[in-house]
Amino acid sequence: MSVPSRLAPGRRTPDLDSEQKLVEIRREAERRGEVKSAGIRPAGSPFPIASPDTGYYGIPLLKKPAWTWEIPLYFFVGGAAGAAAVVGAIADYTGADRRLVRDARWIAAAGAVISPALLIADLGRPSRFLNMLRVFKLRSPMSMGAWTLVGFVSGASATAFAQFMQDRYGPLLPLRVIENAGQAVSLAFGLPFSNYTGVLIGATAIPVWNESINELPIHFGMSGLSSAVGMLELMGHRKSRALQWLGFGAAIFECMEELRIETHRLACLDPLRKGGSGAVVRVGGVLSGPVSLGLRVLSFLSRGEQARDLRKWAAMSAIAGSLITRFGWLHAGDVSAQDWREPLRIPHASE
Amino acid sequence: MSVTAFLTDSTLCIGCKACEVACKEWNGIGEDGLDWSGFSYDNTGAVGASTWRHVKFVEHAPEPGFGGNAPELNSWAFSSDVCKHCEEAGCLEACPTGAIVRTEFGGVYVQPDICNGCGYCVVACPFGVVDKNRDDGRAFKCTFCYDRQKVGLVPACAKACPTESIKFGEIESLRGKARERMIELHGRGMKDATFYDASDSSVRGTHAMFIVRGDPRSYNLPPKPEVPTIYLKKGWTSSAIGAGLLLAGSLLAFLFENGRDGR
Repeated sequence: MSVPSRLAPGRRTPDLDSEQKLVEIRREAERRGEVKSAGIRPAGSPFPIASPDTGYYGIPLLKKPAWTWEIPLYFFVGGAAGAAAVVGAIADYTGADRRLVRDARWIAAAGAVISPALLIADLGRPSRFLNMLRVFKLRSPMSMGAWTLVGFVSGASATAFAQFMQDRYGPLLPLRVIENAGQAVSLAFGLPFSNYTGVLIGATAIPVWNESINELPIHFGMSGLSSAVGMLELMGHRKSRALQWLGFGAAIFECMEELRIETHRLACLDPLRKGGSGAVVRVGGVLSGPVSLGLRVLSFLSRGEQARDLRKWAAMSAIAGSLITRFGWLHAGDVSAQDWREPLRIPHASE
Repeated sequence: MSVTAFLTDSTLCIGCKACEVACKEWNGIGEDGLDWSGFSYDNTGAVGASTWRHVKFVEHAPEPGFGGNAPELNSWAFSSDVCKHCEEAGCLEACPTGAIVRTEFGGVYVQPDICNGCGYCVVACPFGVVDKNRDDGRAFKCTFCYDRQKVGLVPACAKACPTESIKFGEIESLRGKARERMIELHGRGMKDATFYDASDSSVRGTHAMFIVRGDPRSYNLPPKPEVPTIYLKKGWTSSAIGAGLLLAGSLLAFLFENGRDGR
């Protein structure tokens, strides 16, 4: 049956269906004295019947997160920088290769510059960034994050500054003091900085995030570690056994996380597995989990130049996976917020 | 200075949208644009950055006596939605700038001169009320007419409501009124009349209470809203475990490497 055009009244072409419909209406009027058939309503007229099963016309209750691409990128940069600061400090304390310590500090310092820039860029009123430091709120992960960021940026940039000056002008006592104090600060703040973003999105009203609150911080922390290790390996530290083990550990954890996501049974976690957001999360999980783990195993089994090449690929896979993972989780949050059934506790059709 | 509240009685609402207009008028809120929803006579959809009061049109099957419509016609229930002004407010707890405060009237108020538009309150609201205005950059929602209450006036929506569907007053006396109204409605045969104030959830009650007919879910009122602070303990525990793993892992890896190199 042709669909009557509501945009062009008086210009519809009559056909067999339309004429038959008019005859039916006349018959109904003759028979019953009134016309009640559904066909008398103009096509598309809104008479949905409200019921608890449809919510409020399926209009999502929750608002979509107002965050743009800066936030997932910040999650990635901050996670890598925090983990790099920790790895660098521990490497220094255990007397590892000086070059490795220095490169880890550069990564942390670069993250310390890029992270606040990204955060400020995402604000609706960037000029009011300092309002974040008006209050200290234990119950707000965003407030805790802002203060952690301040501590981390101070520590990491001071360390890198002292490092730079000493590389140039030789060891000086005041610079040694700044270097050590800065390193201790960036270690202390780097630990929460590497994974607090998991708490940040986990403690919200978005179902897919708050349902994952137990796993998210560890997941993001391990993802940050794998990307920090990857960056150090790309900077030439492809012989360090410690980095190889850390990379192994992070990749094994990411495999487990990917497995958990793929095998869950909760409908509110579906955005992690289904649709566009599910695809992004899967790509991120596979790259940082099985792919980088497999490449690391291969590099472990091979020798010389080939082993280092394989590690380079494992590193790149881990970095890409870590970045894509954050975008995937943020995208999943958007999708989850649009799911009108979850907050109303209305079962999904498939259940 | 008394603690105040709204009681929105949808059985009295005629869907005139005077509250929406009065809210925009008093607060100087911009227009929402002219878009037809295409599935309901409600063309606004939900409260948002530019809609602080919103009349929901819940369309029911023909039911004699429902809203005074002719028996053979579909009938409507209307309900004017608004920020719930939770007792335990997710947005207020989440706000990192202290822009969102609790007023002396018990309402939750976003101070526009402090908000820096981080957007964290948007994801912290279990009722999907707070919204970021993309053009302005800041978060907006119902102010509970803090300015009017300050000078002893009732909020603009309550003042404009022609049927007293939106009642405003001291919270305990309104709770009493709600109880009386429920008894009255049940007595008149409206057995499906329901009182909603989310007091049995972690938001511990709201300063915007509702009387609706039927399941509150068809009015997009969540049966169990949760203030996101309930996830904090689990979240920071997990964060501590993650930090511990990172620290221990790094220590083990480098110490073990040194041990092997030393041999």
